[in-house]
Amino acid sequence: MEFLLYFGDVFTPFNFMLLLIGTIGGLILGATPGLSPTMAVALLIPFTFRLEPAQGLILLGAAYTSTVAGGAVSAILLKIPGAPANIATTLDGHTMAQKGHGARALQLSFLASAVGGIFGVLLLIFLTPVLAQWALAFGPSHLFWLAILGVTVIGSLDSSSVVKGLLSGCIGLWLATVGFDDIMGAQRFIFHSSVSGGINVIPALIGLFAIPQVITMFAKGRRRLDAEVLTVERHPIGEAFREVFRRFRALSIGTITGSIIGLIPGVGGQIAGLVAYDQSKKMSPERDKFGTGHSEGVIAAESANNAMVGPSLVPLLTLSIPGSPTAAVLLGGLLIHGIFPGSDLFDNYPDVAWTFINSMLVGQILMCIFGLYVAGLAAKVAQVPNNVMAAVVLGLAVFGSYSVQNSMGDVYVMAALGTGMYFLERFGFSAAPLVLGLILGPIAEANFIQGSMIANATSSVGQYFFTGALNLTLIAIVVLSIFYSAWMELRSRRYTTKDDAVRKEEALT
Amino acid sequence: MTDLPRTQHIIASGLVAAVGIWITYVSYTQEPADAFLFPRLISSVFVVLALWTFGKAILGKTKVGNGLSRQAMLNILPGLVIALVFVYWAANTLGFYTASTITFFILISLYDPAPHGEIKSWIKRLVITAGFLAVMYGLFAKLLSVFTPREIFF
Repeated sequence: MEFLLYFGDVFTPFNFMLLLIGTIGGLILGATPGLSPTMAVALLIPFTFRLEPAQGLILLGAAYTSTVAGGAVSAILLKIPGAPANIATTLDGHTMAQKGHGARALQLSFLASAVGGIFGVLLLIFLTPVLAQWALAFGPSHLFWLAILGVTVIGSLDSSSVVKGLLSGCIGLWLATVGFDDIMGAQRFIFHSSVSGGINVIPALIGLFAIPQVITMFAKGRRRLDAEVLTVERHPIGEAFREVFRRFRALSIGTITGSIIGLIPGVGGQIAGLVAYDQSKKMSPERDKFGTGHSEGVIAAESANNAMVGPSLVPLLTLSIPGSPTAAVLLGGLLIHGIFPGSDLFDNYPDVAWTFINSMLVGQILMCIFGLYVAGLAAKVAQVPNNVMAAVVLGLAVFGSYSVQNSMGDVYVMAALGTGMYFLERFGFSAAPLVLGLILGPIAEANFIQGSMIANATSSVGQYFFTGALNLTLIAIVVLSIFYSAWMELRSRRYTTKDDAVRKEEALT
Repeated sequence: MTDLPRTQHIIASGLVAAVGIWITYVSYTQEPADAFLFPRLISSVFVVLALWTFGKAILGKTKVGNGLSRQAMLNILPGLVIALVFVYWAANTLGFYTASTITFFILISLYDPAPHGEIKSWIKRLVITAGFLAVMYGLFAKLLSVFTPREIFF
C-alpha cells in the first residue's frame, strides 16, 4: 500500500493544475480526428523539459488517459473516431446520437471509461511493484532477450505482415546504433553531421508519429469536412450512472478484455475496443440491437479502451519494455529526466513513480467529470479543418524537436524520419516496432556487450545467452509470438491489427 | 496482387533492401570489429528480411500496404515540398517564426477547401495565421524560453 503514502502529492496546487490541464487538453485533443494519443503525448514532451519528473509525467499521463476517452466525443457526435481506439464506439454511439440520445451516449462512454480506467490503474498499482522486484533477478542476458522480445512481439503482433513488422523493428534497432559507439568510441553509420551524436529519441518520436499524420492530411487534398455535429440534449447523469451498472455484463467484459489486452505488449486500444465490442455482442441476449444504437456497445468499447491504459504501462514501469507506442513515448519522457524505469524507479524515485500512477487514478475521475462538460467544445474543435490541423501539427513538430537541444540537426532528423515513415506505412511497414527498436536498441546492445564480456570470462557466449530457465522462457516467447503471427497470417485468419483498424477508420471518415 | 501498385512495392522494398545491404556491408567491413558486434547481429537479420520482402514484391506476392494513388501523390506533393523547404532551408535562413508563419499561411491557403477568389477567406486565413504565430511565440519563446535562430526581420 506504498502508493497511499504519495497520494497527497497529486493534490499540490501545481501538480493538480497540470493534471487538470492534461485532462481537459487531452479530452479536446482526443476528440480531434488525426491527433492520436501517441502523437498528442509525443508533441507534449517538449513542454515537460522544465518541469520536475513527476510533474512532467502527470501531464503526459493525464493526456494519454484523456485523449483515449476524448476520442469518443467525435466518434459519437461526428461519426469520426478521434483515435483508432474509438472505432468500436462509433458503431453504436453515433446511432444513439442520431436518435437524439447523444448526451446519454457521451455520459455512458465517459462513465464506462472511468470504470475501466480505474480498474486498469488499480491493476497497474498492484502488479507493478511485484514485477519490479522480480525484475531485480534479471541479468544482462535476460535484459537482452527482454529488449528483443519487446521489439519482436510488437513487430509480429501489431503489424499486418510479420516480416514487415520485424523488418521495421530491425530498422529501429539499426537507427539506435547510429552515432558513436559507447565503449570503443568508434563512429558508426554517421552519414550526415546531424546524426553524429546519434539519433535523439524525442525528435524521432515526434517525427515518426506526427509527420505521417501531417502528410496523410495533405493526401486528402482540398476536401471539406462534411461531418455534422449532432446536437446534444439534456440527460440526467444519475440515470446514465444507473444504466452503466445495469449493463454490468458489457461493462465487465469491456473492463476485463481491455485489462488483459493492455498487458500484452503490442496489442493496442483499437483492438481492445473491437474485441470487447465483439465479445459483448456475442454474449448479449440483445445481440440483434448491436449496431442500431445499443448502449451496451458503447459501454463495452469505451470501458475496454480505457482499461488497457494502466496495464499497458506495467511492462514499461517494471521491465523498461514499453508495451505500446504511447508507453514508448512516456519512456522518452522519463529518459529526458535521467530516470530509467524498472526496479530502480521504485527504489530510487518512489515519489515520481507513485505520484505518476496515483495521478492516473485521480485523472480517471477528472476525465469523467470534465468529459461531460467539455464534450460540446471538443466536438467543435474536432471540426477544425484538415489544412489548419496539418499546418499546426507541422509547426509544433518543428518547434518541439528544435527545443529538445536547440539543434537544427534534430529538426532534420525528425523531418527525414517522419517523411520516410509515411511512405513506409503506405507499403505495410509499421511505426510502432520501429520506435520500440529505436528505444530498446541501446538497452539490447549494452546488455549484449555486457553479457558477451561475462560469457568470455566465465563460459561461452552461446551457453550464457541460450541456457537457463529465464533465457529459454524469453526465447520461447519470442519464437512463439513470431510463429503464431506467421501461422495466423498464412491461414489469413489474423485478428484485427492496427492496419485493419486504421483502414476501418479511413472508411468511416 | 492485382489491386496493388506492384511497381511501388518493388521500389519501396528495393530501397529498404539496399539500405540493408549497405548496413551489412559496413558492419562486416568497418573497424574496430568489436564496435560493430551488435550492428552485425542486427544487419544479418535485417538483410535477410529485406531481401525476402523484396523478393515477394518482385514476384507480386505482397499482401499488405495499399501504396499511393496518383491523386494522393498529387495532393501530397506541394504540401510536402513546402514543408521540406521550411524545415531544411527556411527555418534556419529566415528564422523560425518568420518561416513558420509563411509556411503556415501557404499551407492553409493551398489546402483550404474554400474558394481562392473570396476576400473573406483570405482575411480568415490571415487571422488564423496571426493566431498561430501568437500561440507559438507565447508557448516557445515566452513559456519555454527556447532560443531560436535569428529572425531575418527582427
